[in-house]
Amino acid sequence: MTTARTLKLNLGPQHPSTHGVLRLILELEGEKILSCEPDIGYLHRGMEKMAEGLTYIQNLPTVDRIDYLSGCFYSELFCRTVEKALGITISEKSKIIRVTLLELNRIASHLLWIGAFLMDLGALSPFFYAMREREMILRFFEKLTGQRMMYNYFVFGGVRKDIDYIEDIAEIVRVLPEKIEDYEKIITDNPIFIQRTRGKGILKPETAFNNSITGANLRASGVNYDLRTTDELYKGFEFSPVVLDGKDSWTRYKARIMEIKESIKIIEQGLDKLKTCGKLEQKLINPLNIKLPEGEYYSEIEAPRGLASIFIKSTGEDKPYRLKWRTGSYYSINLLRELLIGEYLNDAIAIAGSLDIILPEADK
Amino acid sequence: MNYLYHLYMEFLSKYGIPELFGNITFYIIPFCIVAAALLIVVLGLVLIERKLLGWLTQRKGPNRVGFWGLLQTLADAFKLLIKENITPSKADRFLFNLAPILVFIPVMTVLGIIPYCAEFTFVNTSTNVILYLILVAFPVLSLFLGGWASNNKYSLIGAVRGIAQVLSYEVPITFVVLSVVTLASSMNMTGIILAQYSRYGIFGWFGIPCIIGFVIMFICVLAELNRCPFDLPEAESELICGYNTEYSGMRFALFYLSEYALLFANAIFLSIMFLGGYLSPFGAYLSHLILGDSSLASVIVYFEQVFWLILKACLIIFVIIWIRATLPRLASFDLLKFSWAVLLPLSIFNLFFTVVYKFVTGGALCGLS
Repeated sequence: MTTARTLKLNLGPQHPSTHGVLRLILELEGEKILSCEPDIGYLHRGMEKMAEGLTYIQNLPTVDRIDYLSGCFYSELFCRTVEKALGITISEKSKIIRVTLLELNRIASHLLWIGAFLMDLGALSPFFYAMREREMILRFFEKLTGQRMMYNYFVFGGVRKDIDYIEDIAEIVRVLPEKIEDYEKIITDNPIFIQRTRGKGILKPETAFNNSITGANLRASGVNYDLRTTDELYKGFEFSPVVLDGKDSWTRYKARIMEIKESIKIIEQGLDKLKTCGKLEQKLINPLNIKLPEGEYYSEIEAPRGLASIFIKSTGEDKPYRLKWRTGSYYSINLLRELLIGEYLNDAIAIAGSLDIILPEADK
Repeated sequence: MNYLYHLYMEFLSKYGIPELFGNITFYIIPFCIVAAALLIVVLGLVLIERKLLGWLTQRKGPNRVGFWGLLQTLADAFKLLIKENITPSKADRFLFNLAPILVFIPVMTVLGIIPYCAEFTFVNTSTNVILYLILVAFPVLSLFLGGWASNNKYSLIGAVRGIAQVLSYEVPITFVVLSVVTLASSMNMTGIILAQYSRYGIFGWFGIPCIIGFVIMFICVLAELNRCPFDLPEAESELICGYNTEYSGMRFALFYLSEYALLFANAIFLSIMFLGGYLSPFGAYLSHLILGDSSLASVIVYFEQVFWLILKACLIIFVIIWIRATLPRLASFDLLKFSWAVLLPLSIFNLFFTVVYKFVTGGALCGLS
């Protein structure tokens, strides 16, 4: 037999579904993928190096930009680390506010993912439907923080100001479940969608462990690993982590849909608590002369795209000596090397889409 | 048509122009009319599609250029006209430039052989159903040519997908058309339409005994037009733009134009095959019902026929656009499997069924009554 001739295909960076930020070097035989080499860095902004030149309060507005779809999580992570280093405890109400906003942010992020994933599969409408619901959440954030995506709302020791427009959150929580039902009708039971995603992109737990996959991708492979269950911040909130045992793209989709429902539950509890806990009382520290004591600080959180963590090494100055982020997407991109082999080109897009890869988060 | 021919010849001989000239030009004029109509149809179709897609996806669609966005497609067409035509340096220059022109010829011809109303077909042949089938399968060749000549990997994959798709969906189409031809005992589109005439209007249409065939044909038409959910040759999220990735300006516009013209032609063909073409759904024509047998009615009835045909085609186009807004894209292998494993056996069954139906009823229920 003669050796088959292969085709090297540069999927991206100039490609509609990688929109200029991800490059996959694929080796194709026909439409079958023989190897995949992800190439990232098109959105690298040097955020970690930049952090070394900025004081802590100057750093605070930049951390939202790690992941523009779930900025709250990185704010929270950064604030939490500084608070831990300085030994500040935050008030009960600001904890509740933080949890509520985090979960709202998670829903917004998942909604965008649903739209983008279906767009990758070639369905038009779900993208607009998802954007419509996301818009409600962004409007609320805009009212509250003045920003639609980079909120800069969490500060060291609490939140910037007391929460307002609670009725907007109540409205979101009221409307969303109906809309999720609509999604389930148009997407989940769609035979073409099932055909495109069922049994495609099987992620075995061992592969996931070897590639440090976390978040919904891991939970859709049947591993019960949700940091929120052990998180101090989420204490007092009732919810159950979504663990599904399908391992394929469809399950990852389903897991995210169910996670939205879980998040709605958390927000509802947060709303109940917010109504009873009165005015916000918090003692903010003077942010202009924050100096972290010498040492190494680490904290982690369950972000929409998996475990996100931060590591700060301080030498006792007003700027971090070294700041390192760990984000979920980076590992998901690396996973493509293994996951795409043997798949066909049009499945490759669907599988890559199902992993919820956000490039700014990976490139930082 | 003969009447028009004599009128034209008389007009020419009045001015002493030789008959030969008339014989040649008489067949060119219809094509000029088709070309003009084509542009209008495509401009309209693109606007309708964008508006409908907008509404189906909670948007407004184009609404800035002109009243209600009416001039939007015109503006887009103008933009495409004045854009630079780029030929990639590594492309096969001759074939690259040839493909958009080649894609256009069969599309123009197809619109010329369709009976828009009784007595009015530009080119009428006794077996124009066959001619139609050949002509609509033709554009995919030029599509492949364009994809191949672009020397772009995405274009190549898109072109290969296009060929595979059209090849496998042509077969069920042929079987379905065969069953309709059996029912009508005619291979002429006008003959097929007339065979569907009955006093009970809608009940004479072949869409009723041939409902399986109608559904199969509809699906196949989607595939042949590269429409969603079969838009693999130009799958945006996978292949950028498929076979026409490298095309720009007027050449891209020609591909685009032929795509929508084919959509229109296919919708009309579907309504001719299954929905009675230009026949009224009420049996008798409205103009006859209202105006009686006056000479005015005999003229207006032609316009009514065109109206019915376009209305039926528009309904089909609406469903096609609706599907585009709803369904995700199929995977390439499922697509081929679906055609060979599901549609082909079904279409053969449909043919068998219609033959039995014809034998048993003698064609009494459809037509002739």
